[in-house]
Amino acid sequence: MSEGPFETCSDDDFKRELLAALPHLRAFARGLSGRPDFADDLVQETAIKAWSARERFAAGTSMRAWTFAILRNHYLSELRRNRRQVDYDPDAAERLLVMEADQEGPLHLADMQAALQKISSDRREAVLLVGASGFTYEEAAQICECAVGTMKSRVARARAELNVLLNKDPSMDELPKKAARPS
Amino acid sequence: MEFALSQPKGPNEPRRKRGDSPRPDAGEEPGWADGLRQLYNQVLKEPLPDSFDDLLKKLDRGDHE
Repeated sequence: MSEGPFETCSDDDFKRELLAALPHLRAFARGLSGRPDFADDLVQETAIKAWSARERFAAGTSMRAWTFAILRNHYLSELRRNRRQVDYDPDAAERLLVMEADQEGPLHLADMQAALQKISSDRREAVLLVGASGFTYEEAAQICECAVGTMKSRVARARAELNVLLNKDPSMDELPKKAARPS
Repeated sequence: MEFALSQPKGPNEPRRKRGDSPRPDAGEEPGWADGLRQLYNQVLKEPLPDSFDDLLKKLDRGDHE
């Protein structure tokens, strides 16, 4: 990314915004990796990278979107290098989720997390960004450096797969075939 | 070390949306969609773990890079 003619934040403002983004980064990283410890490592490394690159952050733009992109790239490079154990750890997830397990009716959050880990990482990040983090398709596409149409397709496929995996609504079972479109 | 990590209200993220804000296609959401947001929001509510103290001190001291 080239540095454009934009205003940068003061270090204090940058730090304040970065700190405010940390909980969101943790939530995104945990959804991506399914592993709380690995997720927190990712977030810390993301924060250091962001801080080091702070002159490339344009004041007035979204710190969350900017840091999510850094985290996502870092996560993918960790996966590629396979430098760490990035396997989903259902026991750790279960321990964390057990408290809330009864609060949302028929769907167990641990099942949700497990299902997330079963879909491909590009679909997982897509459904997390749009379905959980609240980004628009356009913002999510920017974060993932893909076309908006591609993002929409990934989200649709992720949803279709999750429908099947979680099997909450039998009428949704046919969706994968119907929703499948070439991206 | 306590840090205020409430949602920023500054002008820098004018388009911030919460995870539970209604989506354009909310009408056709399956049951798990709310679970996905809960999964996410549950982490948001957690305090930062102690392991973040060092990071925050690092940023405070500026001894990065």
